[in-house]
Amino acid sequence: MRVAVIRFPGSNCDQDALHALRDDLGVAAEYVWHADTSLTGFDAVYLPGGFSYGDYLRCGAIAAQANIMSEIRRMADSGAPVIGVCNGFQVLCEAGILPGALMPNLGERFVCKDVFLLPGRTRSAWTQGASLPLRIPVAHGGGRYTADAETLQRLQNEGLIAFRYSTPSGELTEGANPNGSDQNIAGIVNERGNVLGLMPHPERATKSLLGNTDGLAILRGFLAVPA
Amino acid sequence: MYTVRVTVRLKPSLLDSAGRTVRGSLVAIGFEEVQEARIGKVIELKVDSVEPERLKAMCSKLLANPVTEDFEIEVVE
Repeated sequence: MRVAVIRFPGSNCDQDALHALRDDLGVAAEYVWHADTSLTGFDAVYLPGGFSYGDYLRCGAIAAQANIMSEIRRMADSGAPVIGVCNGFQVLCEAGILPGALMPNLGERFVCKDVFLLPGRTRSAWTQGASLPLRIPVAHGGGRYTADAETLQRLQNEGLIAFRYSTPSGELTEGANPNGSDQNIAGIVNERGNVLGLMPHPERATKSLLGNTDGLAILRGFLAVPA
Repeated sequence: MYTVRVTVRLKPSLLDSAGRTVRGSLVAIGFEEVQEARIGKVIELKVDSVEPERLKAMCSKLLANPVTEDFEIEVVE
């Protein structure tokens, strides 16, 4: 498995992602610049967090027009794993690869803390064996997931909600929702299940030395890397 | 050369968290009559030619997000 970690001007979780993939998951990972035009030789894509293009216009809007996006679209269509974290999730939505949009947090504050996540009813088994809810950090100002009523219903009915914000004891309450996302949505997958977008940062929770390895379950499961 | 003004607004059905904060601030400094504030964007473009279909494409492809925003195009001069 060889993972492309995409870098845009303003990406800032690219190094953490590469480190987590290489050192904690033990897979090959390389940076790919947004202006590049090929992902030949890669088996998966990781769109890292950050503030691409200074969040100008809308979070992820400019990055969604980058050269490399047509290759990412090709990979997504081919069934390869594509994961977008935080700004990466925003980019996937802006590019129309995932439905819906991410808006400024309801409280108009940047939220930086651990949150708790319950997997939705999804077809992928990336949280198998992990103790739930998962504890994963978030760090974002624009993480309020929204979509039209029809899309939200479809996500719910087809099991495409990957993660929901919960309390530490696993209750889906309004208070557990850090940004006002519709239905406490923290992450979604596409219909085929090979494209995952989520606001929380699994790459920041991959080391027992740092007190949290819950992110490993998500990354290993999604990329199908054996433990 | 023409000037085109694109106004991008949040869809009325969506909560404008920044607008809500601005409304709160207006009320706090004594403008209690303000019931709501909604924030949009104005983007002025200088273009060589005015082609409605191309202007619409600029808006739907980049300037506005069709999921959350509506846009209006106005040729100013």
